[in-house]
Amino acid sequence: MSSVITISPVSRIEGHAKITIHLNAKGEVEDARFHVNEFRGFEKFCEGRLLWEMPGLTSRICGICPASHLVTSAKAGDDILSIGIPETAEKLRRLLVLAQWIQSHALSFFHLSSPDFLLGFEADPAIRNIFGLLHHDKEFARKGIRLRKFGQQIIEFLGGRRIHTPWAVAGGVRESFTREERDTLLSWYPEVLETALMALDTVKQIHDQFTKEISCFGNFHSLFVGMVGSKGELEYYGGNLRIMDSAGNIIADNIDPREYYNHFGEASESWSYLKFPYYKPLGYPKGIYRVGPLARLNICDSIETPLAEQERKMFKDLTPTTEAVNNSFYFHYARLIELLFAVERVEQLLCDPAILGTHVRSKAEINKLEGVGASEAPRGTLFHHYWVNEDGVLQKVNMLIATAQNNMAMNRTVRQIAMQYIDGKKIPEPVLNRIEAGIRCFDPCLSCSTHAVGQMPLEVLLYDDQGILLERRVK
Amino acid sequence: MAVKTLTINGEQYSAQEGESILSVARQHNIPIPTLCHLEGLSTVGACRLCVVQIEGIPRLLPACTTKVEEGMVIQTANERLNKYRRMIVALLASEGNHVCAVCVANNHCELQDLAYSVGLVRVRYPYLFPNKQLDATHKDYVMDHNRCVLCTRCVRVCDEVEGAHVWDVAGRGINSEIITGLDYSWGNSQTCTECGKCVMVCPTGALFEKGVTVSEMEKKKGFLKYIITARQKKEWVSIGNE
Repeated sequence: MSSVITISPVSRIEGHAKITIHLNAKGEVEDARFHVNEFRGFEKFCEGRLLWEMPGLTSRICGICPASHLVTSAKAGDDILSIGIPETAEKLRRLLVLAQWIQSHALSFFHLSSPDFLLGFEADPAIRNIFGLLHHDKEFARKGIRLRKFGQQIIEFLGGRRIHTPWAVAGGVRESFTREERDTLLSWYPEVLETALMALDTVKQIHDQFTKEISCFGNFHSLFVGMVGSKGELEYYGGNLRIMDSAGNIIADNIDPREYYNHFGEASESWSYLKFPYYKPLGYPKGIYRVGPLARLNICDSIETPLAEQERKMFKDLTPTTEAVNNSFYFHYARLIELLFAVERVEQLLCDPAILGTHVRSKAEINKLEGVGASEAPRGTLFHHYWVNEDGVLQKVNMLIATAQNNMAMNRTVRQIAMQYIDGKKIPEPVLNRIEAGIRCFDPCLSCSTHAVGQMPLEVLLYDDQGILLERRVK
Repeated sequence: MAVKTLTINGEQYSAQEGESILSVARQHNIPIPTLCHLEGLSTVGACRLCVVQIEGIPRLLPACTTKVEEGMVIQTANERLNKYRRMIVALLASEGNHVCAVCVANNHCELQDLAYSVGLVRVRYPYLFPNKQLDATHKDYVMDHNRCVLCTRCVRVCDEVEGAHVWDVAGRGINSEIITGLDYSWGNSQTCTECGKCVMVCPTGALFEKGVTVSEMEKKKGFLKYIITARQKKEWVSIGNE
C-alpha cells in the first residue's frame, strides 16, 4: 500500500511551506512535492491604487527583500512616466540593491544555512540554528550578524529605516545621502570585506565535506536566466536578460526585460499556491529554469570587482568543460561570491563623488499606459509589470518573482534528495533536514512568491469518516 | 455681552455669552480631541469626538456646538468620555480602509494622532472593508474615498473660504460619500478653482497631491488663519511654516 509522508512546516526558510513524499507499495519514493501554502493577493488589491503608491505598497510583500520590490516597482514607475532619473538617484538605488544583497545573502548563509554545514546534518535540531552556531563558534556567528547589519545600515541611512522604507519612488529617490553616512560605511568596509572572504573560505571547505549531498542536491539540467550588463558582466540593477542552457550555450541574449512575457509563461498546479514559471519556447514543464546566484554566476562573462572576479573563475572551474554549473548545492558558493562582489562594489560606489549629489528626483506625468521594472533581487530576477489608465490608476498588475521561477527546480531537488536518502516508511531526522536543506539552497522567499490571487486552481476534497472521497471541487 | 462663569475639571473660568465650551477650553489649554472642527470654518458637530460631560445633563454633549451657560460644571476627560472617544475612533477605523503603513498621510494624519491619543490599541468591531473608489481624474489632486471620515472640512472650506462650493455630501448613513459637483469626477468639475484648500484641511490621506508617496503628504493649514484674519481685520499675519 502506498503512503504519504508530510514534512510541515519546512523550517529556516522565509515563509510557510510543506513537503509531501509519496511512497509506492514497495516503500520506494515515487514522487515528492514542495507545497507552498501561503496566500497573499497583492496583484489583485493593488488594482485601483495609484502608480506612485506602488513602491510603498509592493515593498510590503516581503520583510527580507523589500528593497528589491521597492526599486523594481520604482523602475516600473520610471517606465510609465518615461523619465530618466538623475545620475545620483541611479547610483543610490544601486547602492540600495547591493545593500539588499548583502543583508539577504548574509542572512541566508550565516543564519539559515551555515548551522547545517558547521554543526552537521546529524546535529540535534534544537541546536542546529543561529543560537547553536553562536554557542559553537561565537566569533563566526557574530561576524555574520555584523555583516548583515552592514547591509541593513546602508538601507537605514538611505531610506530612514531598515525594513519597508518607501525611499525609492517613480522618478528617483526621496532623499540624498550625507557625507557622514558615507564615511561611517567606508570605515566599516575592511571588517565586512574580511567577513565576506571568511564566509567564502568556509563554504569552499564544506565542498569537500559534503560530497554525497552535493551529488544529489538539485543536480540536474535546466536553463539559467538572469540579467547581464552591456559587456556581459554580472549585473544587478539594469541590463538585459540572458538565457543559458545547462551545457553552457547562450540560447537567448540581450532581451529587453520589458519583453519578459514573450519568453516566460506561468503554469499553475492544484497542490501549491506558488506558480510554476517556464521558458515559453520549451513549454511546461520542459522549460524549467533557475534564477538567482547560481544562474547569475553561470551566465555572466565577468565580474567587475577584482576579488569577486577571481572567485568567479574558480567557480567556473567546478566544471571541467564550458558546461554550466548545474548543481544547486553551489547556490551557496555563488551567493557568497555575489556577497563579496556586493561588498566590493559598495565601496566603489561610496568612493564615487556623484553619490553625494543632491538632485535625486525627477517628476513627470503619466506618459505611457504600461511599464515594466526589473532588477536582480537576491533570489533572482524580479519583474513588476503595471498597466495604468491616463490618471495613473492601476488597471492590472503582474509580478514575476524570483522564488517562483525556481519553483520547478525546487520540486525536482526535493524529489532527487528524497530518492537518494529515503528507504522505507520512516524518515530519520537527518534525512528530513537534508530535504529542507535542499530547498534552502535556493534561499526561497515564499511570502514574495505567492503574491497573486484569482488565477490559482483551488481544490477542495470532501471525505467521509471512512476516508472515502465524496466530492471533489475544483475552482 | 454678558459674562458667564463655569467650572471645567474643577477649575472656575469665565467666558463670553454665546461662546462654545470648546472655545473656552482651547483658550485655557484644556485638551479636548476634535476631528471635524477646524478653527476658521463653521461648526457642524459631526464627529462627536469633543463630547464632554455636563453635570445635570444625562447625555454627553459636543463641546464644539454647546454654548456656555452660567454655573455649568463640565468634565472634559474621564473614563466614560475616553471610552466613547475610543469607540468613535474605532468605528471610523473599521468603516473605512485605513492602512497607515502605506498611506500618503502616515505620520501626518489627524485620525492616526487621535488613535494614539485615545489609546486605541485594537479595533473590536469587524472591519467592513468597503469597496470604495479613488478619484484621480484631477490633474493635481486625488480623492481617495477609502480614507475619508466624512468630517466635511473640504465641503466647508470650499464653500466658506474659497466660495466655489465644489464639494457636497451625497447618500445616507453608511453610504454617505463626498461628491464633486453633481457627482461628476473631480477632473470634470467646472467649479473647482484648483486652489488645493480642501486637500490641506483634510485630516487624513483622503485628499492629497498627485505624485506624493508614503508619508509625504503634509497638510499645511496656516493659510486659513492668514485668509480669515485678512478678511476680518485687514491684517496679513505671518503664518511661518504652519
